[in-house]
Amino acid sequence: MLTFALRRLLALALTLAVASAVVFVVMEVLPGDPAQVMLGTEARPDTLAALREKLGLNQPAPERYLAWVTGLVRGDLGMSYTYATPVTELVRDRLAVSLPLALMALALTTAIAIPLGAWAAARRNSVVDLGIMGATQVGVAVPNFWFAMLLALLFAITLRWLPAGGFPGWSGGLWSGVRALILPAVALALPQASILARVMRSSLLDTLSDDYVRTARAKGLTEGQALRRHALRNALIPVLTIMGLQFSFLLAGTVIIENVFYLPGLGRLVFQAINQRDLAVVKSVVMLLVASVIIVNFIVDLTYAAVDPRLRRRA
Amino acid sequence: MTLNRRLFLAGSVASLSAAGALGGASRALAAARKDLNIGIRLEPPHLDPTAGAAAAIGEIVYANVFEGLTRIDRDGAVKPALAESWTISDDGKTYTFKLRSGVTYHDGAPFDASVAKFNLDRARAPDSVNPQKSLFAPIEAAEAVDPATLKVTLKQPAGNFLFGLGWPAAVMLAPATAADAKTKPVGTGPFKFANWTKGASVELVRAEKYWGSPVKLDKAAFKVISDPSASFAALMAGDVDAFPIYPAPENLDQFRADPRFKVVIGNTEGKTIMALNNGRKPFDDIRVRRALCHAVDRKTVIDGAMFGIAKPIGSHFAPQDAGYVDLTGKYPYDPAKAKSLLKESGVPEGTKLRLVLPPPDYARRSGQIIAAQLKAVGLDVELVPMEWAQWLSDVFKGKNFDMTIISHVEPLDLDIYARDDYYFDYKSQAYKAIYAELTATTDQAKRIELYKKAQEQIAEDAVNVFLFMLPKSGVWSADLQGLWENAPIPVNDLTEVSWKA
Repeated sequence: MLTFALRRLLALALTLAVASAVVFVVMEVLPGDPAQVMLGTEARPDTLAALREKLGLNQPAPERYLAWVTGLVRGDLGMSYTYATPVTELVRDRLAVSLPLALMALALTTAIAIPLGAWAAARRNSVVDLGIMGATQVGVAVPNFWFAMLLALLFAITLRWLPAGGFPGWSGGLWSGVRALILPAVALALPQASILARVMRSSLLDTLSDDYVRTARAKGLTEGQALRRHALRNALIPVLTIMGLQFSFLLAGTVIIENVFYLPGLGRLVFQAINQRDLAVVKSVVMLLVASVIIVNFIVDLTYAAVDPRLRRRA
Repeated sequence: MTLNRRLFLAGSVASLSAAGALGGASRALAAARKDLNIGIRLEPPHLDPTAGAAAAIGEIVYANVFEGLTRIDRDGAVKPALAESWTISDDGKTYTFKLRSGVTYHDGAPFDASVAKFNLDRARAPDSVNPQKSLFAPIEAAEAVDPATLKVTLKQPAGNFLFGLGWPAAVMLAPATAADAKTKPVGTGPFKFANWTKGASVELVRAEKYWGSPVKLDKAAFKVISDPSASFAALMAGDVDAFPIYPAPENLDQFRADPRFKVVIGNTEGKTIMALNNGRKPFDDIRVRRALCHAVDRKTVIDGAMFGIAKPIGSHFAPQDAGYVDLTGKYPYDPAKAKSLLKESGVPEGTKLRLVLPPPDYARRSGQIIAAQLKAVGLDVELVPMEWAQWLSDVFKGKNFDMTIISHVEPLDLDIYARDDYYFDYKSQAYKAIYAELTATTDQAKRIELYKKAQEQIAEDAVNVFLFMLPKSGVWSADLQGLWENAPIPVNDLTEVSWKA
């Protein structure tokens, strides 16, 4: 197990190193000059040169790469060109929105998807199954920004129960923060729950036809007991894999929902930084996201290995 | 992608808005509020107007937090601000400013002539990053004669100098706090900076002490809402009270029909043009440029892309500015004439041209319509959507384009046609002579004559295809008064804003 973990750790370090090089090169070849974006069309050449010098853009690329990577290793994500604020601080502020939002959306997704998927599998080919599968088909097909707009029109404009958008921060109390995240979390959870429910259903159907479930039934368990005690736990493995992917997506891939509800989340930070060519922010935040995905995968790998001894030997 | 999405939303907004209006009727009206929530479309990168070109900076801090020696008022006129009055020497080269006394910054630091000198020197220093450094280029020297007197000597007379000093890029920072102004702006204005939640809002509160007439608001929050449909929802739900530059003209009629709101259409200085690369074939031929002018029907563009609320222009000059000549009839819409001019200049039917479109909606929407109109005269136009940073480097700097649609928002920016190496690459000795004379003239009547000559020369040479003035469509609460109707410069001056009791 230890050699397995060490090998995986080495692979992780290598992946991170390659990722950092790719991210850096992509930022280098991206057309557009950060100084020109900041100073606009009336900027004179000498002003642009002065700003590039201040931002450290005049140093050769390898030197800048090395400075960036050593900074990352020390936990220093650099300084935003445009905000003139440490990137660490920007990320921390955005995580205060994105992390709770992603967790809320994921909790909602799980709460909807697991029971629905299990119910559909248990009553396969019945009206219930057909109804649930039909509903999830719609859930996958409906664009979530459009659903988000409908939510805002109903709950914010017509009923006035919840704000139409924005985020007041956590200083005003837990409820005011949670309130602002309810509609976006619902909008995010709908398509994710639809996907997850479908995965749950098919995975459960697979395990229900496995030999050990048949044995359990032969032992005298009812279909419901066999499903709960034996099939469900095994069916959850692919579901957990999908949930891991969904969490990464919910953390940074929610820029459209953040726009509809004008939330200051991580997705909009990256989007805005790309538009303004705030390369310091883009580089470091993208790298941070890459690292989080890789590390989550690493942990998942270890968990699999712990659960399934066959994987250890093969690796 | 963007287009599909907008169409999608238009349907959903229309179907539910009736319910929205009913729900709103029961909303309780608070009496004489002292706070204001303003929606802005783009977040400023930082809050120092002397170090960044983004209009969003001035839209928050100008006149509210920071003030200059002069200021531009709601009609675009130059008014005294931190300078109480001034005299100009007969040769137009020496400006003596009498500064307001007893003015302090929000941290208590005093404002005087030495501070003013510091700012002018800082803006024109070799390592200056001022986005409008050219405004300060005419300055030979600045001298603090005594605490209340500032003497500025110019290298040559500059007719626009006082106007330039009223721009956001010329506001007066305090020497001790200038370096941190990007994140902690400390000014002399009626509001002081309170808080900036990055990505969400910037909050200002009333300053305890202010030299001018006291403001009516206690606090103001600028909320960043970039999505057009979200801005609709935010106004309808009462999350913001005003959207001075409302981004979705398709919803304006709904607000007009709703008694809770006022829709105010005003002017900007945004001259929207289809710029032609004069240095590149076939646009180096004046007949081709004129053919394009005849081929574009402004009325259709304005009705289709701007929902009919924009004013047409025929040269690079805003109709509300003194000295304007109406040249919109110079090249009337005439596809037949356009075709014959193209034929005459040897441009074959089916010639491929690229029209680059930067992100703003006015450009993307106008581009679609113009492409169709140019197709009608036998040109094959490829639309190239481009994001802003790439537009700046490819088109503006690299001159790698055929045609592009862009709004020039700087007021009275006739100088760009006299610049060598400007992106549309217009080279005319006749125009340069007119502009040189304009720069050296301080007499207003003579300047107006020269403005006219300059506009006519630009139209004569059909440098670009002049489309329309970018309108400023604002939506705000019917109980709110004092916001600017027009935008002579892109700012949100809150000094006269109040709620009806």
